[in-house]
Amino acid sequence: MIYYDNVFKKYPNNAVALDGVTFSVEPNEFVSLVGKSGAGKSTLIKLLLAEEKPSAGHVYLESLDVHTLSRDELPFIRRRIGTVFQDFRLLASKNAYENVAFAMEAAGRTNEEIEADVPQVLSLVGLQDQAHHFPHQLSGGEKQRVGIARAIVNRPDIVVADEPTGNLDPQNAWDIIKLLGKINELGTTVMLATHDKMIIDAIGRRVVTLENGKIIRDEKRGKYVL
Amino acid sequence: MFYRIIKHSFISFWRNIWVSLATILVMVLSLFIVGSLILSHAILVAILQGIQEKVDITIYIKPDAPEQEIFELRDTIARLDEVKKLEYISRDQALAQFQERHRQNALIVRSLEELDDNPLGAAINVTSFHPSQYESIARFLEAGNFSMIDKVNYRQNEKIISRLSFILDTSRNVGAGVSLLLAGIAFLVAFNTIRMAIFTAREEIGIMRLVGASNWYVRAPFLVSGALYGLIASLTTLFIFWPFLLWLAPKGRQYLGGIDVAQYFMANIFQFFLILLGVGVLVGVVSSLIATRRYLKG
Repeated sequence: MIYYDNVFKKYPNNAVALDGVTFSVEPNEFVSLVGKSGAGKSTLIKLLLAEEKPSAGHVYLESLDVHTLSRDELPFIRRRIGTVFQDFRLLASKNAYENVAFAMEAAGRTNEEIEADVPQVLSLVGLQDQAHHFPHQLSGGEKQRVGIARAIVNRPDIVVADEPTGNLDPQNAWDIIKLLGKINELGTTVMLATHDKMIIDAIGRRVVTLENGKIIRDEKRGKYVL
Repeated sequence: MFYRIIKHSFISFWRNIWVSLATILVMVLSLFIVGSLILSHAILVAILQGIQEKVDITIYIKPDAPEQEIFELRDTIARLDEVKKLEYISRDQALAQFQERHRQNALIVRSLEELDDNPLGAAINVTSFHPSQYESIARFLEAGNFSMIDKVNYRQNEKIISRLSFILDTSRNVGAGVSLLLAGIAFLVAFNTIRMAIFTAREEIGIMRLVGASNWYVRAPFLVSGALYGLIASLTTLFIFWPFLLWLAPKGRQYLGGIDVAQYFMANIFQFFLILLGVGVLVGVVSSLIATRRYLKG
């Protein structure tokens, strides 16, 4: 489903973020990317979203090389990938409902679809009562649940989460991970980048470990080992 | 899709009401400058026109010249390209005007009565299209050596006329230059204000793109908001101008010699509004277009 083919990434300041990474993610898999800060986890995700371009190598979504897409084609790929961020990245001027609805509007969904799906997704993440709260009126855990609702509302093939629990307390963090697990059970591929040992050890799914831009371990039922 | 964009523009306009109001305020100031420039240009042109029309030269004819020859001279002058208006004052008219002018002066009236004949000659008043053309008219008359011409008052007024002509031209050029400069400054100020408003939304633009919005879908609400700012600002400016001109009008009548700015404003209000609206909306949309482009690259 996702295939990183010998990917190198060097930033303009000559920092090497990825140093020949090759691995693939199968449909319906739950993959955790682990490693210290700066190991290259976020870069892998940014490359998939075409937020960054690789210095060498290719990133494929199914048979499509995402970096050959034009600026106008990019939105279509991004609608197939739901993204959850560490800093939530909600639209501050829109309330929870509108933040989720925006992703559907951007994908060109009809008003009927939006009115049917948004409340359903919000109740899936347990925010049916906070639909009309603005981001500044929500707690960190609630914001992240809005982020997840937005990521899944277009029924994407893949959900990528970059340190989604980084700004949360353990209880909220665990709620978010359980939610991601539920999304995976419903048939969505999940790619989770984190450096939270407790979470990784508890999930017990595939773990890809990165160090200095290289994959040093890839285990089917991995633990957090560095 | 279109409805959504309009809806989002209005919602964000309302939710960011202080940013919106501040932006509109700055645009109102800019449009006010633009409007003032248009008005002052109209006033300047009217004043200059008034002065220009007051300038003429008079050809005094000797009293004994036969009227037939005077008519021939008049027609010759009338055929000159430079001549805009020509007025023939016959001897009788000249006398009547003279008497009228000196009605209060008993001595002059009595002296005239003592004379058997009309001592005044006929005269031709010539107005040209531009003050600088009097020189060539005067030269034509001198070169023609018309014997019946007593004198042409151009030579006495030559210095004043040429200086006036210079002042008129300079004030027109300086006026246009200053107008352009001020309009440019007004445009830059409005542009920067809108850019700042969009700068505060740059993170949102990035997020919208990450969740799969096309550049056009991200950008359109900003363009609509820009147009909305322009629309509201131009309407506001129009409403500010009215009392401002009512206040200014009596002072204007005093100093500007009969030009009523308020009346001019009312007579051209529709055109005036269209210009303000056009400038406002254009500035709003173009600024938004340029400002969003930065955040939509890559």
